[in-house]
Amino acid sequence: MAEQTLITGAQNTWCPGCGNFTIQFALRNAIQELVDGGVPRETLVLVTGIGCHAKMADYLNINSFYSIHGRTIPVATGIKLANPDLTVLCCAGDGDVYAEGLDHLVFAAKRNSDITVIVHNNRVYGLTTGQYTPTSPLGFRGRSTPSGTVEEPFNPLALMLTSGAGFIARGTSRKMPQLQGLILAGLKHGGFAFIDVLQICASYFNVSALYDRQGYELSGHDPADFGAACRKAEEWNYNSDSPIPFGLFYRKEKPVFEQQFPHRMVPAEERKEAIRKILDSKR
Amino acid sequence: MADLSVLVGGRAGDGINSAGLLVSHLFNRMGYSTYMYFDYPSLIKGGHNFTITRAADHPVGGLRERCDIILALNQDSIDLHRDLMDDTTVVIYDSNRAAAEGQGVPVQDILKEEQAPGVMGNSCIIGAFCGAAGIPFGVLEEVLRRQIPKGLEKNLVIARRGFDAVKPGPTLEPGKNEPLPLLSGNEAIGIGLLQGGLEAFVAYPMTPTSNLLHFLAGVAEEYPLTVVHPENEIAVILMAQGLAYAGKKAAVGTSGGGFCLMTESFSMAGMNEVPVVVVMGQRTGPSTGLPTYTGQTDLHFMLHAGQGEFPRLVVAPGDNAQACTWSSLALSLAWKCQVPAIILVDKTLCEGITPLGEEAHSVPVSGASPPVSEEGPYHRYAITDTGISPMRSPPVPGSVVKVNSYVHDEAGISTERADMTRLMTEKRLRKAATLRQETDALNPVMVHGTRDAATALLCWGSTLPVCREVAGDRSFRVVQTVVLSPFPAEALRDALSGVKKLVAVEENATGQLQMLCARYGIITDAAIRKYDGRPFTVDELARRLAEVT
Repeated sequence: MAEQTLITGAQNTWCPGCGNFTIQFALRNAIQELVDGGVPRETLVLVTGIGCHAKMADYLNINSFYSIHGRTIPVATGIKLANPDLTVLCCAGDGDVYAEGLDHLVFAAKRNSDITVIVHNNRVYGLTTGQYTPTSPLGFRGRSTPSGTVEEPFNPLALMLTSGAGFIARGTSRKMPQLQGLILAGLKHGGFAFIDVLQICASYFNVSALYDRQGYELSGHDPADFGAACRKAEEWNYNSDSPIPFGLFYRKEKPVFEQQFPHRMVPAEERKEAIRKILDSKR
Repeated sequence: MADLSVLVGGRAGDGINSAGLLVSHLFNRMGYSTYMYFDYPSLIKGGHNFTITRAADHPVGGLRERCDIILALNQDSIDLHRDLMDDTTVVIYDSNRAAAEGQGVPVQDILKEEQAPGVMGNSCIIGAFCGAAGIPFGVLEEVLRRQIPKGLEKNLVIARRGFDAVKPGPTLEPGKNEPLPLLSGNEAIGIGLLQGGLEAFVAYPMTPTSNLLHFLAGVAEEYPLTVVHPENEIAVILMAQGLAYAGKKAAVGTSGGGFCLMTESFSMAGMNEVPVVVVMGQRTGPSTGLPTYTGQTDLHFMLHAGQGEFPRLVVAPGDNAQACTWSSLALSLAWKCQVPAIILVDKTLCEGITPLGEEAHSVPVSGASPPVSEEGPYHRYAITDTGISPMRSPPVPGSVVKVNSYVHDEAGISTERADMTRLMTEKRLRKAATLRQETDALNPVMVHGTRDAATALLCWGSTLPVCREVAGDRSFRVVQTVVLSPFPAEALRDALSGVKKLVAVEENATGQLQMLCARYGIITDAAIRKYDGRPFTVDELARRLAEVT
């Protein structure tokens, strides 16, 4: 029963077999675990961009800010700044957060904004019907690159490591229990949490076989070891046929951005007095 | 009628702005109204900076084309301003750095003898100014005590040396005013926003509103206020959206280029009904243009920025007092009507310094959004007669707060249905009507000067003080459109009643207000336009007005 209340009545329009369903259930279950653990449901806020992933805002029955393409992260930081008691997460696409809004991703990691970013990385633009994204493999034939792309993908994990992110994980829509655990850990992490989710696009880039064949769960890896995290991040470059590690790559506690700001409301009388004081200093 | 203009000039990095501000404070203490203009190129050290302070026994907000006193810290301050000098102009100069006819003060020698740092040269020349202008040393002492408490004793010694180095002028007759706080337009806007209940300010530095960011960052800790400077203007407006969604009253500051980056999110604010206030300081465009000079070229951009149709508030205050009042009002109205709002100003207003009277920050309270009904589930976009839905922020126990940039239903869930698209469009139209009722009640068009005169100047924004002064001399009427969206056509027609000749005064090349008025059938008879990055002086406007009236 409790699980049902986290899903709205909005009609679901993802394609049959879409990787988003797995992410949705993993996220719902992680949220349910948080709520069961005492986090009031009304303190959760989801920010989404634009794309297939973003329909999560309509489908999950929690507070949501359905933003524009590429623009989840600054909204999420604003929300967390306004009220640090809220748990703020972003669902973003790879086109969303690696192309249109890459600047915000780098800066959220740099400032250690206390938000969780889940990237639905299907390595293709779905809703605009199949163009390459920053993580599509070299030679990807899409509708904007019919002869294949001539640029290599970049590695978002390596980017996050150099940007100062304090929680860096990779999951996949092919392994829901692990993904659920990573999302829950990200939500509980005090500071910026980044989870790249390799998700298959049933219509335009179904590489289930690749992820099933090459993917493995990290084990014996120390997420406190930055050097080891870098080496693990470089193991697969989003282009090759190398083994693809899934799990928590790196974790470090750092001062949280939003905690450096005042959060006291100024009563009207006090406000007047403060203004008076400022004006007197200009006399 | 006392009416004095004092120029302070030197290199960038010499603290010319502070020296000019001291001159203003001296006249302020002496009981005069003041206006200070700051002119500086876009560089950090070197170049030529100057301020002109105009002091009079009546309120002033523009410059004349001559100076009574020039305080020159370098040769440029004399050579570049010959057009402002006549036979009676007194030049006081640093004789170690410049040569001129006038009163030389060996500023560098004095600093050396007193073993004082170079920045104290300003105190020396200001001391000389007081001596020559007949301002008692005691007044200077009080101003320095209040404005530069650090290193006061040394500054006083240096100032005294300057004071004694010049031929004493006749004692300046004190004016009648009580000393008022002297604020830049940026600071007046900041005070207005605080007055309106501002809780967060987000900005990326850009002239001419950077000093609003600096001012609010400076008071943030004590006030307290959340002030953030993020990676770019896109992040700026989005953070403000996040802050507002979660219940904080937020504003942003920028100029045209930065606002270009904000427009997509500005349109989102029109759709998701999360309020935001943008302080938009115009400068000379297009593109990078003249970064540190002025212009009124972004009116049409402000009226149309963002895809789609949605109500917006655009106000253009004409002086610092109006800037304070309307910043407060814009913030309140944006939240009450849940619309994006723009406070449209320019370099002239943002960086011009004038006294700010009590009336500027005694603003009528415009009230709050409709109350939230406790019945049924909460719907962020509940359809109402006014078009305004009760606004709540998370956490709301038992309910969710969903905002959305897509067409959405009352609960905030995306929809592509034709009927809901029409209903929500009509809801925004009703909101526009509600916003209009609010602004119509707030003097959206102001009449100044001779109210029944048959000749009127039509203006908006920072040309107001100059128009007011010139019209005063000719007994003309001045009609100022303060609110530009929703456009107050009715109030404007009332304000123009009996006008036989209407002259539009604008600092742009195409007559943007003129075009806007024409859309409502309000036709101007003549236009005076200026587009060289400099504000109209009183003399120039008077001359050009004489050509058409």
